[in-house]
Amino acid sequence: MLLGRILDEKFASLYRAGKIHGGVFIGRGQEALSVAVGQSLRKGDIFAPLIRDQAGRLAFGESAVDAARTYLGSVLGPMRGRDGNVHRGRPKEGYLPMISHLGAMIPVVNGMLLARRFKGVTGVVGATCLGEGGTSTGAFHEGLNQAAVEKLPLVLIVANNQYAYSTPSARQFACRSLVDRAAGYGVEGHSLDGTDLTACLETVGEAVANARAGRGPQLVVARLLRLCGHGEHDDAGYVDLKLKQSTMGRDCLKVAEEYLLQQNWVERETLVVWRNEATQKVEEAVAKAQREPTPDPYKENWCALASRHLVEGHGADTPEPEDT
Amino acid sequence: MSITYLEAIRLAQQRALADDPRVFIYGQDVGAFGGAFKATKNLAQEFPGRVIDAPISEDAIVGAAIGAAIEGMRPIIEMQFADFSTVGFNQIINHAAAFHWRTQVPCPITIRLPSGGTSGSGPFHSQSMEAIYAHYPGLIVMTPATVEDAYSMLLEAVAIDDPVIFCEHKYLYYHLKADQLPTEAMPTGKARIARSGRDMTIVAYSAMVHEALAVADELAAEGTEIEVVDLRSVKPLDTDTVMASVARTGRLLCVGEAFPWGGVTAEVIARVASEGFDLLDAPPQRLNAKDTPVPYHPNLWTVHRPTARSIAVAARKLLRQ
Ligand SMILES: Cc1ncc(C[n+]2csc(CCOP(=O)(O)OP(=O)(O)O)c2C)c(N)n1
Repeated sequence: MLLGRILDEKFASLYRAGKIHGGVFIGRGQEALSVAVGQSLRKGDIFAPLIRDQAGRLAFGESAVDAARTYLGSVLGPMRGRDGNVHRGRPKEGYLPMISHLGAMIPVVNGMLLARRFKGVTGVVGATCLGEGGTSTGAFHEGLNQAAVEKLPLVLIVANNQYAYSTPSARQFACRSLVDRAAGYGVEGHSLDGTDLTACLETVGEAVANARAGRGPQLVVARLLRLCGHGEHDDAGYVDLKLKQSTMGRDCLKVAEEYLLQQNWVERETLVVWRNEATQKVEEAVAKAQREPTPDPYKENWCALASRHLVEGHGADTPEPEDT
Repeated sequence: MSITYLEAIRLAQQRALADDPRVFIYGQDVGAFGGAFKATKNLAQEFPGRVIDAPISEDAIVGAAIGAAIEGMRPIIEMQFADFSTVGFNQIINHAAAFHWRTQVPCPITIRLPSGGTSGSGPFHSQSMEAIYAHYPGLIVMTPATVEDAYSMLLEAVAIDDPVIFCEHKYLYYHLKADQLPTEAMPTGKARIARSGRDMTIVAYSAMVHEALAVADELAAEGTEIEVVDLRSVKPLDTDTVMASVARTGRLLCVGEAFPWGGVTAEVIARVASEGFDLLDAPPQRLNAKDTPVPYHPNLWTVHRPTARSIAVAARKLLRQ
């Protein structure tokens, strides 16, 4: 959670310094929920994170270096400079690189789960995250219904962070709570306070356990507030002050730290040590990625097909670089 | 006064809203926020209830626009990025495009697509979709390259009784400026001679017009006169102007930012080859982006799409033929 926050902050500062191409999208205020997802999954599970899931990605096993490499366009990163920022993953490890089209990852996770069923693999789950805005897409509705019909072990986590870019929830959906959507599709629903790490770990953990136990798809809806702009280019001036001051506007990281202190599980100094360690890790990861080569367009093979003999013309005979 | 391409788009919408009560704007974040690129800034305040935030539901957005158009309204739809229009593809190509042909009832909707690449925007925020939509009968596809055209063609799009795909280029939003808005405008369907010349014709549209003009400048210094034709709309495609230009120059290079397979450049070449073969002194050539998704890293992106540099190489080669 802490590492995710600090890594995000580093990307934001690199963005402000003009060192990152394209946008930076951070998950400030959503780390508790995100980390709970990554933490509840095991090796062999499937994870399809969204833009605000740096913390969950790390918890699922992504290295800080891989994250930095993608933002900085290193050819050694998983996307080799071809795709960037949050659009990264390692599909062979069950970690999916998102496409931008919101909702689109849900049926893809369903398909992976179906494939595992065909192959006789049991006890795995597939988790994917979405914002409340993403729940307005056709793919959300079709994907949830599909998972329900097939009784797939899908865990769909919705971070209702009150705004989709500038659009408040009231202009996104008109039902009382998004968790009510679960009943409409015949799946189990869970709602929780996304600012509370303990609640996140418990509820997401329970949903994942249910799916793993064969109880079918699970919809988890968390209430929280995005404590940043949509991206680093956005000052979020449209966010309602009342929401900021409500419990929904609490910083989940501070809440978690206070809880640890209250329980006497850590000393204040330990928190400082953790922060320093995380900062150092992030600095090292970024420095490493910065030293690595960026793509060379004249060595690039410009080949979009796996069936190399079917590529038309240019570049078909250049070998694909080894996967890293 | 200095007006950007983006501001021209905003002002055209303001004028359309002011002139015609049937016009309304619908799209994600277009309301109080003024749109992801600020193309609708202040319009919600100025025209209460007529500039409406949509949920993230492109299929439903286009479907609702079709419904409203059938009832006599003139919706302008903003897609946040052209790339997301694929989610509304079914409604656009199967419903809006075919509606008038099936029923004789017009379907006047304008779908604005912030199109084309900018540095670092990657495979899902960079695509040029004009060829895809131009493929379908029943759609008009506009690709303005200038501030003046962005303004006048958008107004025309709203006035036209058919669905219009309005491909505005994100790179031009802030890069292009004009002193004033046009009072009289060239109608859609007519191509423009952006620069005249006698040695070769470069046909281009949208952002590529400016790359082509840069090449024409560069080669003029070497004594070669390149004629640049700006298509303005890719459907209808003004074959007459293209053919007349080729008749003057004898050489044709067609440039597009979209993917190479099929598409606008192929269409132009096919028409000139089949109807004007005898006008050509050399085989007609075309230049497009590479046949891969649009890469994220600027090193790759600048080589992936045609630029003044690669166009100049292609032009020089064609001149030697
Ligand atoms: C189908 C589709 N339409 C539009 C967009 C552009 N877009 C990117 S993020 C975003 C807002 C997302 O809001 P939400 O789903 O609530 O997630 P949050 O950013 O709040 O975490 C929009 C409209 C998109 N990515 N996909």
